[in-house]
Amino acid sequence: MSDWRPGMRESYTFDRNVIAEIQRAARTGLYDIRGFGAKRKLPNFDDLVFLGASMSRYPLEGYRERCDTNVVLGTRYAKKPIEIKIPVTIAGMSFGALSANAKEALGRGASLMGTSTTTGDGGMTPEEREHSKLLVYQLLPSRYGMNPADLRKADAIEIVVGQGAKPGGGGMLLGQKITERIANMRTLPQGIDQRSACRHPDWTGPDDLAIKIQELREITDWEKPIYVKIGAARPYYDTALAVKAGADVVVLDGMQGGTGATQEVFIEHVGIPLLAAIPQAVDALQELDMHRKVQLIVSGGIRSGADVAKALAMGADAVSIGVAALIALGDNSPDFAEEYAKLGTAPGFYDDWHEGRDPAGISTQDPELMKRLDPEVGGRRLANYLTVLTLEAQTLARANGKSHVCNLDPTDLAALTVEAAAMARVPLAGTNWIPGRDAGYGA
Amino acid sequence: MEIVDLDVTPLRELNQRLHDLRAGDNLTAWRVVNPKGRHNVAVGVDAPVSITIDGHVGYYCAGMNSQAEIVITGNAGPGLAENMMSGVVRVKGSASQYAGATGRGGLLVIEGDAAGRCGISMKGIDIVVRGSVGHMSAFMGQAGRLLVCGDAGEALGDSLYEARLYVRGTVAGLGADCVERPLGDTERADITELLARAGIEGLEPEDFRCYGSARQLYNFQADKFHAYG
Repeated sequence: MSDWRPGMRESYTFDRNVIAEIQRAARTGLYDIRGFGAKRKLPNFDDLVFLGASMSRYPLEGYRERCDTNVVLGTRYAKKPIEIKIPVTIAGMSFGALSANAKEALGRGASLMGTSTTTGDGGMTPEEREHSKLLVYQLLPSRYGMNPADLRKADAIEIVVGQGAKPGGGGMLLGQKITERIANMRTLPQGIDQRSACRHPDWTGPDDLAIKIQELREITDWEKPIYVKIGAARPYYDTALAVKAGADVVVLDGMQGGTGATQEVFIEHVGIPLLAAIPQAVDALQELDMHRKVQLIVSGGIRSGADVAKALAMGADAVSIGVAALIALGDNSPDFAEEYAKLGTAPGFYDDWHEGRDPAGISTQDPELMKRLDPEVGGRRLANYLTVLTLEAQTLARANGKSHVCNLDPTDLAALTVEAAAMARVPLAGTNWIPGRDAGYGA
Repeated sequence: MEIVDLDVTPLRELNQRLHDLRAGDNLTAWRVVNPKGRHNVAVGVDAPVSITIDGHVGYYCAGMNSQAEIVITGNAGPGLAENMMSGVVRVKGSASQYAGATGRGGLLVIEGDAAGRCGISMKGIDIVVRGSVGHMSAFMGQAGRLLVCGDAGEALGDSLYEARLYVRGTVAGLGADCVERPLGDTERADITELLARAGIEGLEPEDFRCYGSARQLYNFQADKFHAYG
């Protein structure tokens, strides 16, 4: 704070951001909408550490001894499960929220690494299909662009019940990003605010969902793995219900998960952190004897190979990234510092993805801005980043004596805070204490 | 005529055989007997064939249909012809909720009544209901036409986009941003065409009233928040 002088004391309750928001609300009468994910301080994977190997566990030699990273998804019912070469997938992000070049870059980067990318609210574009070796097709409440031909072209199907940034909320794409092509794909007039539904139009509850899943299997001749994606609201119960409904894969998105556009109040105040959500989902799978039979993909704030390894150690089969993938493509790059300044922000802070003025050409439909992202270059950057995530996860797995990253388990972990110990259900470092271990879950 | 008895043939086999049809195949007429309320009968068909289903069906019958003409002689459960792309689906009885949900093309004819949310999120499908429709029909309807020869329940056309709605009987209530519109030449032609395609005689365009979007909620405005209900 450069203009601070002795005697100036900032309120903890009414800090500068709070004051600015009240002033903004009073000026506009509108709630704040933005992209990105939760920005407040939340318990996360930094609150856990790996114990490493010593006398009682043998480590594996780095770079020499094998440590596999492949994961097979959809083994429960699908005739054609998919195999990803690394335990990191690209989360669903729509063409509309993102430019066509950004979607292509995600497909290219994922394909270089042998992993999957995912469509989003708005349907599948030919470019995305062409450049994605493994493409997961989302079935969302809006059903924009949904059609059986694309369903059959997909490698897997993801039924989106919710997402971590807004469990219980629908999609949002503001009029300035609804170009002619996007309007046509979504069967909507150009330039209007597109508010997708928060509930599916043709099923309600897990009993209906079971029949819906069967319909999708019948239409695709039981070939495709079917995922069910849930926001981290009540993951113990939601995971159990998704399994009961017949999911091959459960995708669990914690509250740090990103969004293209949502009310700030939703992003910051609904859902639970991923750290607290994973053990609930794993408990549900284990109680149903479905752990590792129904695969668990987790997302929401994954940043590093350490996060990947910790998520796997907690019981996930793979992770998914969204915000981090966009940053790898070039979002919030210092290269555009001057242009961020013109938008009243700076690299590292830009989150107005809904406005369509992204200097990096990622969260925009402006033809001139879009050109700034070369899909091949972006894809290469993403592949580099995915490589680092994988190498880091392997490093940690070998250090814990594991020949496959998915062999990591909760006994490899310790928590640095009481809160993290309680949420992640691993002992507080230096103790065997897991607060609330047998307390169960609230309804 | 190919006859498939669902008491002896697994549903999976029926759907697979329908999916395996190719242009030029001579199996163009199918009859399915003993559906007995089974779910997902004749889903994902993409061939110019006619399929008669003798009896009642459960959820999602004719879901995502393309090209086929499917007739159900009994009643249909929820999600009849959901996300239909093209072709014709006709149910001689009544249909449960979400009939024609998110349909993108083709014609759905319901000779009895349709329950709530008929035509929810419709995206280009035409739906003709000989009887009445339940609450929230054509909710968030984006494109296409819904013609109801009987009455409509509460909140008709709530949050409507560009779908056009026609009702002959009473409307219990209109949803947010749905308004009555004058019956012009375009609307009269719509009604005449839809009645003819559905095979309904003895009704005139003037018997119907037309409803569409007021387009007041297309771009969010804070001072209209009360209009969202």
